[in-house]
Amino acid sequence: MLPTFTYIKPTTLDQAVRELATPGARACSGGTDLLGCLRDRVFTAEKLVSLNGLTELRGVTELANGGLRIGALTTLTEVATHALIGAKYQVLAAAAAAAASPQLRNQGTIGGNICQRPRCWYYRGDFACARKGGDICFAKEGENQLHAIFGGDVCVMVHPSDTAPALMALDASVRLVGPRGTRTVPMGEFFVLPSKDHTRETVVEPGELVTELVLPPPPALAVSTYRKLRARGAWDFAITGAAVALGLRGKKIESARVVLSGVAPVPWRVEAAEKELVGHELSDALIERAAQRASANATPLSGNAYKVALVRGAVAEALSDLRDKG
Amino acid sequence: MSDRGKQGPCGPQGVSRRGFLTTVSSSAAAAAVVGAVAPTVAEAAPRDASEPTPIVLHVNGRKYRLAVEPRETLISVLRERLGLTGSKPGCERGECGACTVLLDGSTRYSCMTLAVEAQGHIITTIEGLADGEELSELQKAFIHEDAYQCGFCTPGQVMAAEGLLRKNPAPTMDDVRLGMSGNLCRCGAYGHIFKAVQKAASTRRAGGAK
Repeated sequence: MLPTFTYIKPTTLDQAVRELATPGARACSGGTDLLGCLRDRVFTAEKLVSLNGLTELRGVTELANGGLRIGALTTLTEVATHALIGAKYQVLAAAAAAAASPQLRNQGTIGGNICQRPRCWYYRGDFACARKGGDICFAKEGENQLHAIFGGDVCVMVHPSDTAPALMALDASVRLVGPRGTRTVPMGEFFVLPSKDHTRETVVEPGELVTELVLPPPPALAVSTYRKLRARGAWDFAITGAAVALGLRGKKIESARVVLSGVAPVPWRVEAAEKELVGHELSDALIERAAQRASANATPLSGNAYKVALVRGAVAEALSDLRDKG
Repeated sequence: MSDRGKQGPCGPQGVSRRGFLTTVSSSAAAAAVVGAVAPTVAEAAPRDASEPTPIVLHVNGRKYRLAVEPRETLISVLRERLGLTGSKPGCERGECGACTVLLDGSTRYSCMTLAVEAQGHIITTIEGLADGEELSELQKAFIHEDAYQCGFCTPGQVMAAEGLLRKNPAPTMDDVRLGMSGNLCRCGAYGHIFKAVQKAASTRRAGGAK
């Protein structure tokens, strides 16, 4: 049985923001992450504010500039199967399709997916870990085979989202609304490293709400893909993943984004690998060099050095896939 | 394709196997008032957390008016309030698929869905697939292909397959494997389950059957 809470389903964004501003209130859309956390007593909620009455936050619309607006309540299934996303932003369609299970994709939303809480077993379990206000990151000395090889500090969780690295590779922005109005945050500034604040994963303030994701128009000739490595063939979180987006002129790479999943507390952009790619044509040698760059500077823990090789493999496979497509 | 569930919440004869085995608790079943169609209850201001909220659920072609606590999940309401015990609670955290139902034709874990949130949607459970005593082609295919062993996961497997076939009437084997990937079978009947789904797909295509 879940702990008790009150429930309200606002029909306007203003009402939702007002309700979320009250202490102990939490937003609920798909609920697939929230209900699990409440059931496992990871955190509490006095009031659930259902966003599902806010129909304007659902769906995908093309923007005049050629970009795309994705409402935060758009389900992962809708993102994975949307024709425009599949045609212009393949990395996002692929990442949404690779997330969770069919049922969870039917239920879970893109806004919730980028705001989901850590899957670290200490965080989800009965441990007063650093992220929950304690003093210790248990994973550092304990079981850490699935944990961070980049960006760890007082906490070595990995960010569990597949769509977040894809959105970051597409230079997307997040629209937020809160008691003090609306603001737009680039995906590159949306996530918070533990060294800055280890008690939060995103810049979303209490009472604030993700309303939409905005994708800029892709380069004239663009290819992108997501390679996800996991312990089973389906329905699992990424052990390591690579979201790669390239802008091309002929065969020459003019712009590159390489963002890793499953290896850091935030979606991990590797600019060194991007720099290696820009100005060149994809060749075996270039792919090898970029993959090498992506895994450089990793600081594995006692049980996850294998992830360094996985990063190389995921990036190389993603780039090889794009070479075959291009 | 429409929801059939013409029988009452306790099965065709008004008595389910569970209902026969256990004394029907008058409170739960009787609280579900079947009949008059009421509009979806608008949610007012939050009340005391444990105070039941009146809701209307549309399950297998019937409307149920009942009062639930906000924290009650759809699986618990289906089973404990409506007597629809076909859907199984397995992990109760969205990790096994035994509780799979359809919401507006799409598969969903009823353990990760609040009953209050299921309002306004068409809910189909395993009890809604058969037409009286006549099993659907999909259910028959599970029997013919011996697609289960202990049977605990079977209602969820069947509902996942139903959701898959409604979206994709001609799935490839890869489509089937992916479409069924949100349901675990501890007995490992996967090969038989995949065959059953493909058999049902071809039967449905051939006969236009449900």
